Amino acid sequence: MAQADGTTPKVELRDIHLRYFTLEGETEAVRGLSLRVRPGEFVGIVGQSGCGKSTLLSLIAGILEPTAGEVLVDGRPVRGPSPVCGYMLQQDYLFEWRSILQNVLIGPEIQGLEMARARDRALELLRRYGLGEFTEHYPHQLSGGMRQRAALARTLCTEPDILLLDEPFSALDFQTRLALADEVGEILRREGKTVILVTHDISEAVSMADRVVVMSKRPGFVKAEHEIRFADAGAGRPTPFEARNKPEFRDYFNQIWGELEIHVGG
Amino acid sequence: MSADDRESRSAPSAMYTAFLRRVRIRRRLILVCQALALLAFVLVWEIAPRAHWVNPMLTSYPSAIWPAFVEMIGAEDNNILFHTWITLVETVVGFAISMVMGVAIAMALWWWEFLYRVVDPFMVVANALPKIALVPIFYIWLGDEASIYAMAVAIALFITILMVYSGFRESDPNKIKLIRTFGASKAQILRKVVLPGNVPVMIAALKINVGLALVGVIVGEFQAAKAGLGHLIIYGSQIFAMNLVMTAITILAVISTVMYLIILYVENRVMQHRQ
Ligand SMILES: Nc1ncnc2c1ncn2[C@@H]1O[C@H](COP(=O)(O)OP(=O)(O)OP(=O)(O)O)[C@@H](O)[C@H]1O
Ligand SMILES: [Mg+2]
Repeated sequence: MAQADGTTPKVELRDIHLRYFTLEGETEAVRGLSLRVRPGEFVGIVGQSGCGKSTLLSLIAGILEPTAGEVLVDGRPVRGPSPVCGYMLQQDYLFEWRSILQNVLIGPEIQGLEMARARDRALELLRRYGLGEFTEHYPHQLSGGMRQRAALARTLCTEPDILLLDEPFSALDFQTRLALADEVGEILRREGKTVILVTHDISEAVSMADRVVVMSKRPGFVKAEHEIRFADAGAGRPTPFEARNKPEFRDYFNQIWGELEIHVGG
Repeated sequence: MSADDRESRSAPSAMYTAFLRRVRIRRRLILVCQALALLAFVLVWEIAPRAHWVNPMLTSYPSAIWPAFVEMIGAEDNNILFHTWITLVETVVGFAISMVMGVAIAMALWWWEFLYRVVDPFMVVANALPKIALVPIFYIWLGDEASIYAMAVAIALFITILMVYSGFRESDPNKIKLIRTFGASKAQILRKVVLPGNVPVMIAALKINVGLALVGVIVGEFQAAKAGLGHLIIYGSQIFAMNLVMTAITILAVISTVMYLIILYVENRVMQHRQ
């Protein structure tokens, strides 16, 4: 399973098939999907609604089993949820009966981590994301952007290596969304996490990711991949905000747009 | 809380003060109207028999209830405090049993969904069955004391199970998915999402249950008891002592009111942080 450069991929999907069974019938969500993600890589996944993006993340997180094929994390087959993966869902789903701090501590509680240490870490994360004064507040007292940051702190509190982000910003208004994307992109890059970001938003994927994977219509498989490179970026990568103003941005955007075959009204 | 909120609290504008005053006045007006309605009821009850619009033998009147009550506090037999105590204990115990059993059974049904599928139709029928019909049977089977508790539980239990279980089943699947991503076990899902997420449902069940348990106890006492307010009501109506009957009913109204206030208090405490 070694890659060309000799390292084990952080996440590897081998010819995954997945069907959902319900009384109404069966849905083939994923058909023959293969994907490799390098350690520390930031991968964006775009695809039409219903093409199996969330399904893909649930497979990697181990809360769904493939009908056929193999999911490997750190070279080992996935058998159920593991602390290595942190999964941030489409909405924050903060528990309204818990304070923000208690919400962030839910992961450590469930995994039976040492709570004193987890508490320090939670407080540190909340402080860093500008929620230091709100640890004892309850979710309904926070704005949408603040709630989403609390959800990010909750995901990071268990110190996962891999972050699975399922349209984490889609519930936010456009400006908050851009600001938060910038912020989160920076945070995750600095901490050297491996990130898989699912999004509807091509510009979000191109501006944040090292590589963008385009999925086909349902049943989903990998239709195209694009390494995102910006010529005059110097040593580091431009921030998502800067990236949006680069000349290459438009080219990537248009190319991916074409591949998505989005037809209005069709 | 945003900065704006705090600002408006430190220096409320004149319009905001006026708004608050209007809200307070309205709230007080409602209380006054409620007090007036109660007063009007008591007055009509007092005047109608005295003016012989209705036969005083049938209704008694409020001014006769207080002396009857005072008299019965001192009395050797038919001591009203004793009867009230008996009914109160039976109600609280019956209510607690229904609540604990109801939630426990709902948890079991949530755990084994298959079991729920099997027993669902039976529970629906058991819930719809008029439990009053069981009073004589309970009396024969269980005797004069246990049959009263059985009645309270029979009336309150099934609706508790059905309510709480349907709350459990409708627990937010996304919250469950969320803690599953952290590797939560089924027991953890129950403890961390299903139970705390359904506190409002359980409070609603609590509200319905105190009333139902009281109904069960009084109905049970009608048939079985040697003591309690239900017994007093039957006894009083048999010897045509309306003072006695009306006093017992008034005490029941007071008990209902107190229980309602206690639950209201609990609800306010528990629901503080929920929307
Ligand atoms: N639990 C389920 N039971 C049955 N079918 C399902 C289930 N979850 C998803 N599906 C079906 O599988 C397909 C893929 O779903 P998925 O949620 O992965 O799509 P998605 O790409 O994340 O869509 P979106 O962009 O709208 O979130 C859809 O057609 C959906 O109807
Ligand atoms: Mg999705």
